[in-house]
Amino acid sequence: MQFYVIQTLNSLALGGVLFLLSSGFSLIFGLQRIPNLAHGALFMLGAYIGTSLISRGVDFWAAAVLSGIAVGLLGAALERLILRRLAGNEQGQVLVTLGVAFIIADVCLMVWTGDPIPVPAPDGLRRPIFAYGLAFPTYRLVVVGVAVVMAVLLFLLIERTRLGAMIRAGVDDMEMARGVGIRVSRLFSITFFFGVALAGAAGVVAGPIFSAYPGLDADMLPLALVVVILGGVGSLLGAFVGSFVVGFVYNFGTALLPDLAYVILFLPMVLALVFKPEGLFGRARP
Amino acid sequence: MTAINRRTVLQGLAVATGTLAAPAVQAQPTPVRIGFLTVKTGPLASGGLQMEQGLLLYLKERNNRLAGRAVELITADTGGVPAQARTKTQELVERNRVHCIIGPLAAFEALAIDDYIRGVGLPTLAVAAADDMTQRNPNPWFVRATSTSSQCAHPMADYALNELRMRRMAVIADDIAYGHEMLGGFQRVFEDGGGRVVQKLWPPLAVPDYGTYISQFRSNLDGIYMGFAGSNGFRFTRQFNEYGMGGRVPLTGGMTAVDESLLQNMGNEALGIVSANWYSAELDNPINRSFVELMRRDYRVDPGFYAAATYTNGAVLEAAMRSVDGRVEDKEPFMAALRTNAVPETCRGPVRFDQYGNVVGNVYIRRVERKGPRLVNTVIKTYPDVSQFWTYDPAAYLRNPVYSRDNPASRFLER
Amino acid sequence: MSGPLRGLLALALLAGLPWLLPGDFYVNLASQVLIYALFAIGLNLLVGYGGLTSLGHAAYFGVSAYACAWLTTQAGLGPAAAAAGALALGTATAGVFGVLALRASGLGFLMITLALGQIVWGMAYRWVALTGGDNGIRLADRPVVLGLDATTPIGFYYLAAGVFAIAFYTIRRTALSPFGACLRGSRDQPRRMAALGHNVWLLRWLAFVMSGFWGSAAGLLYLYYHKFVSPQVLALQQSAEGLLMVILGGASTLTGPVVGAVVITLVKNLASSYVDRWYALLGVIFIVAVVFMPRGMVPGVAGLWARRRAPQS
Repeated sequence: MQFYVIQTLNSLALGGVLFLLSSGFSLIFGLQRIPNLAHGALFMLGAYIGTSLISRGVDFWAAAVLSGIAVGLLGAALERLILRRLAGNEQGQVLVTLGVAFIIADVCLMVWTGDPIPVPAPDGLRRPIFAYGLAFPTYRLVVVGVAVVMAVLLFLLIERTRLGAMIRAGVDDMEMARGVGIRVSRLFSITFFFGVALAGAAGVVAGPIFSAYPGLDADMLPLALVVVILGGVGSLLGAFVGSFVVGFVYNFGTALLPDLAYVILFLPMVLALVFKPEGLFGRARP
Repeated sequence: MTAINRRTVLQGLAVATGTLAAPAVQAQPTPVRIGFLTVKTGPLASGGLQMEQGLLLYLKERNNRLAGRAVELITADTGGVPAQARTKTQELVERNRVHCIIGPLAAFEALAIDDYIRGVGLPTLAVAAADDMTQRNPNPWFVRATSTSSQCAHPMADYALNELRMRRMAVIADDIAYGHEMLGGFQRVFEDGGGRVVQKLWPPLAVPDYGTYISQFRSNLDGIYMGFAGSNGFRFTRQFNEYGMGGRVPLTGGMTAVDESLLQNMGNEALGIVSANWYSAELDNPINRSFVELMRRDYRVDPGFYAAATYTNGAVLEAAMRSVDGRVEDKEPFMAALRTNAVPETCRGPVRFDQYGNVVGNVYIRRVERKGPRLVNTVIKTYPDVSQFWTYDPAAYLRNPVYSRDNPASRFLER
Repeated sequence: MSGPLRGLLALALLAGLPWLLPGDFYVNLASQVLIYALFAIGLNLLVGYGGLTSLGHAAYFGVSAYACAWLTTQAGLGPAAAAAGALALGTATAGVFGVLALRASGLGFLMITLALGQIVWGMAYRWVALTGGDNGIRLADRPVVLGLDATTPIGFYYLAAGVFAIAFYTIRRTALSPFGACLRGSRDQPRRMAALGHNVWLLRWLAFVMSGFWGSAAGLLYLYYHKFVSPQVLALQQSAEGLLMVILGGASTLTGPVVGAVVITLVKNLASSYVDRWYALLGVIFIVAVVFMPRGMVPGVAGLWARRRAPQS
């Protein structure tokens, strides 16, 4: 019984982190059809910047926001200067975003060196919660809360604001959106900035769980991709559900079937895709 | 830290050789070229960078002269990829014509270059810990001054049994050969002495989060043995604490679980962890005291496994070069000197080698303690003269297959 | 310069290269370039001509290498049988994976190929009894093929060059054949092709399988060259590098992937001796290349050349 409770909580926590990580990717790919393969590297960069800010005394949550903004600005520059020229050139986008990922990874290695750097959780959240004879890290529960709050905010943004309406229009039908006068290029910049900023902030928020270390980018990118594909591209609900599905499958799968530890992440995705290629909540594209 | 590449070393050397008194009969005109296989990019880079720091320090202290000859260090980045390791080794041999090689870091890199080394006959001072390189598949051109994966795990089990009085333990290690071999060695000695390993967990090497593993630990454990590589010990320990397990079940570790390079970023969650390694920055001998001093001054870190590995290799290399009067070009006598020399003074204490080219030396049991602002691995017991076979008869030992996930067989697992 | 003459010239260059290079190390480097160029031109069939971006191609590379290693060391087969077995297994894997991956297209396709590649990679780590885990499998010797002794650097070079030449020729013929035209049609206008009665799925699947075959061949050469295989050959990084070679050089050209393979292999192996941060350098090359030559280096350079030759109108 204890085992199931703890693994459930683990799954929720992992799901929360995955949602923070992948929501940005889903947004960018859904709207702009850009597979931003630098997403993991930007997450890692956010985590590293966060460690530097926190070590200088900046408050944890402020550091998360500031890191997000810094990384977001980098992303916006990337979009404006380079990605914009490659509209429609999917392979070129893959090449560029991977190139950026390489550069960011090497720069992080240069600046922060190779040893792992801890990201201290905010004061007061470091001790575990003890309840019903179980101990669980307080901070991980907080992360679940943050993910839910973020999901709600994003939902409100997408469904209830004008900007959100424009984004939805663009995701559904780019040509029509242009046709009704939506300034698509400005929209692109905003969503790209936003999506990347989410990744950077997520790096800090997930920092107390993962820390910042070289290789974090390569560990995170497949996770983000799996969530987005499983959930359906461009669907925030899909990213949300997908995150928790992956969280549960990963935690329970690794515990119950250790031999499948390497494949447990991908197996459900492959199965889902084989039966419903557009993902759980995605829309079939012609 | 300055990025040393071949150009700067060559320039520095030009200055150094220019100031040599040329006519002296003993000093040979051409420098000894040492190839250095390390990892400078990718996830294994932190160990590789420390290897470089340790080696550069050793050479710098001696003004790039060993046994009366100038030496030139040629560094190659393998990226932690076996194919690249092999290509770089070929480059060092064929393009740079090195006389010997220090490294590589990882076991699979060593295996990838094994046959090439044999083919060209290249003296190699290996850092990688793979057991079989000096056991069932010994390479006559390898000499290893660090240890095998299991060499330090044997005494750790002995200590856990007899001093810590643990009888019921769980083990968790990275799911790679290094982890398998370490855990295998630990389990064998532990169970031969009456202990029971009741649980074995094998997280993949690059797992993002240990939460799912931590929540699987059985209750009533006397202790947990961690066989982690790289920075995994760091993350595991932090998360272990976050789940409230810290202080409830004692943690013990292998060679790299609480390496000095990880300790510098850890906090109180690491206090009290007992681990076994052939080195500790706290070792109280004159060579080590000076080594640690210099590392702190130049690089602002305490040396750990990797820096000490190359620093020790430097001493082994120098001693061998002395025995052959600097004539490294005669490969056979040079290799014999490398493997038969006993080097009584290195930063890790005295070292000598067995017939397979593997080190026989001290293994230290350390406990993490706080000393002023920093965390250190205080030495609490020394096992002298530990060989890769522990107290077992080598012939009988080698008749068993190499340690793996299922060897020794798990007789006491509870599920 | 006409086609056949260009081909003959290229062949002559390929044959004569070892004698122009200043030493065994460079011959070995050239052999490695050929192995990855083979991998890249095979992948290009799928990515460039088929329009299906795959991030899991290392699977066939690795399966073939592992199969040959296992068949040689554990099953005791001779080199010919082991090679045949390896190619068959690698191609069969491509056949099966193709069926799974072609359920989707675009990013979904990319993800399924990535996932399948990662699954094979994980199996290589976990199934220690079969693959040796991260210790890998070592081969005792390179084979002697048709009298050519591949144990020497030059001997191996000619083996690799021969295989590469055959592959290039075959792929070129395929690309220029009606099948190739249909394939490109299904890349550009799948609905129209379907309306015209073509079996788009079958076209794509055949491209997948062919691409897997050449990937397997490259894996075989890789094993013979290094005499060692470990799970790294199946890693995402390997697939990504292959894809990058194709895109960097020019995805829907014949020679593009070769150029990409040359650039990336040389940066990894040569530039890394002079530049500490060669990994970032590689990233910079990707970005600069794409910005100035969005369709790849070969089309970009060809475009520059054409513009210079055309008179100002």
